[in-house]
Amino acid sequence: MDKQRRKFLKVAGATALAGISAPAVVKLTSSPAIASSEHGAAADAHGAPADAHKAAAHGAEEAPKGVRLGLLVDMRKFYGKPELLDKAIAACHKVHNVPQIDNRKSEIKWVWKAPFENVFPEHSNSHSSKIRKENDFLIMCNHCDEPPCVRVCPTQATYRLPNGIVAMDFHRCIGCRFCMMGCPYGARSFNWENPRPYIKEYNPDFPSRMRGVVEKCNFCGERIALGKEPACLEAVKESGAIVFGDLNDPGSEIREVLDKENTIQRKPSLGTKPSVFYIV
Amino acid sequence: MYNKRFIIPGLVIFVLFVTFPLWFNAFSTASPVPKPELPPGGEKECVAPASEMRDRHMVLLNEWRDGVLRDGERDVITVGGKQYRKGLQMACMQCHTSKEKFCDTCHDYTSVKPFCWDCHLTPEEAALKKETH
Repeated sequence: MDKQRRKFLKVAGATALAGISAPAVVKLTSSPAIASSEHGAAADAHGAPADAHKAAAHGAEEAPKGVRLGLLVDMRKFYGKPELLDKAIAACHKVHNVPQIDNRKSEIKWVWKAPFENVFPEHSNSHSSKIRKENDFLIMCNHCDEPPCVRVCPTQATYRLPNGIVAMDFHRCIGCRFCMMGCPYGARSFNWENPRPYIKEYNPDFPSRMRGVVEKCNFCGERIALGKEPACLEAVKESGAIVFGDLNDPGSEIREVLDKENTIQRKPSLGTKPSVFYIV
Repeated sequence: MYNKRFIIPGLVIFVLFVTFPLWFNAFSTASPVPKPELPPGGEKECVAPASEMRDRHMVLLNEWRDGVLRDGERDVITVGGKQYRKGLQMACMQCHTSKEKFCDTCHDYTSVKPFCWDCHLTPEEAALKKETH
């Protein structure tokens, strides 16, 4: 009995020792030769990409691919003309069957207007000009590059399309309103009641919404698909106050204006990268 | 067999009782098979054969919805030389101009309550508040 136990412990100890040291032995005996040759080759192969990487990092922004739709509001053309703002808002709301509810809690807005300090809290300062104090500014969904609403939506009812539009599938919306909490621009409205009675005229090409659904500006995705321009732009077309186009195309009209003029975005510090720009 | 007099009539009564829904419906006129109204405009062709539409129209509508809203598949559909945009309001209801006489007939019969019309406008509803200019 005693003899057997002794034997067993010896064998077990030797096995454990061999098991523990085996990887180290394998590494010491076989890898150095292979590793050294591999290292040299790898270093050579890595040389070029590393340089390329450095270059890309230095080039500030990599040239973005695909389409990213954006909109520019030239507020200089809206100053002193509140009726022009109302025209743009009315056109959008008519095209999209947006109800007109005169109640701060229940109101639905896709495009609306607000004072400067509400629209651009990061840009407001004391002793601002008379023009800023007296005029309202046109605001809508910013169709952010990093949309917080999309991140928080539990049902993927809101999502970012490849062309940069932050779109909504009303069929999937469960009305949890996380997106309204997530949106730093207040661009989303909730249907607290059936919106139908508050719609003055129906656009038969677009649905209405139902109670319990969130809605917002869709950058006129359905009109762009037909080759039309956004409804707000079309309404104020002759003034040239709104420019729409592909932000990734250096030759587009919007890029020309952006390259030439001094523009600002809403709440840039949040890092949402809005697609809506302002000249103020 | 013992009690033949009771067992056989009893069995007959039992079978008749169990199959009551079948023969009652066969002879009654209480729930006739629905006859949805064919397009009043006289269109004979749909986006798919009638039998397939009968079975799968809800699947097709879901595919259209996902295609249009998410995958950018907003291409038009040509049926019988006419072009339609994908969508309940923009394709289906162009020919089947009455939700009440078309959709509802079968949905009521089968007690199906789809919620399409909570948001989508029936031709009747759309005409109620038509654009005035």
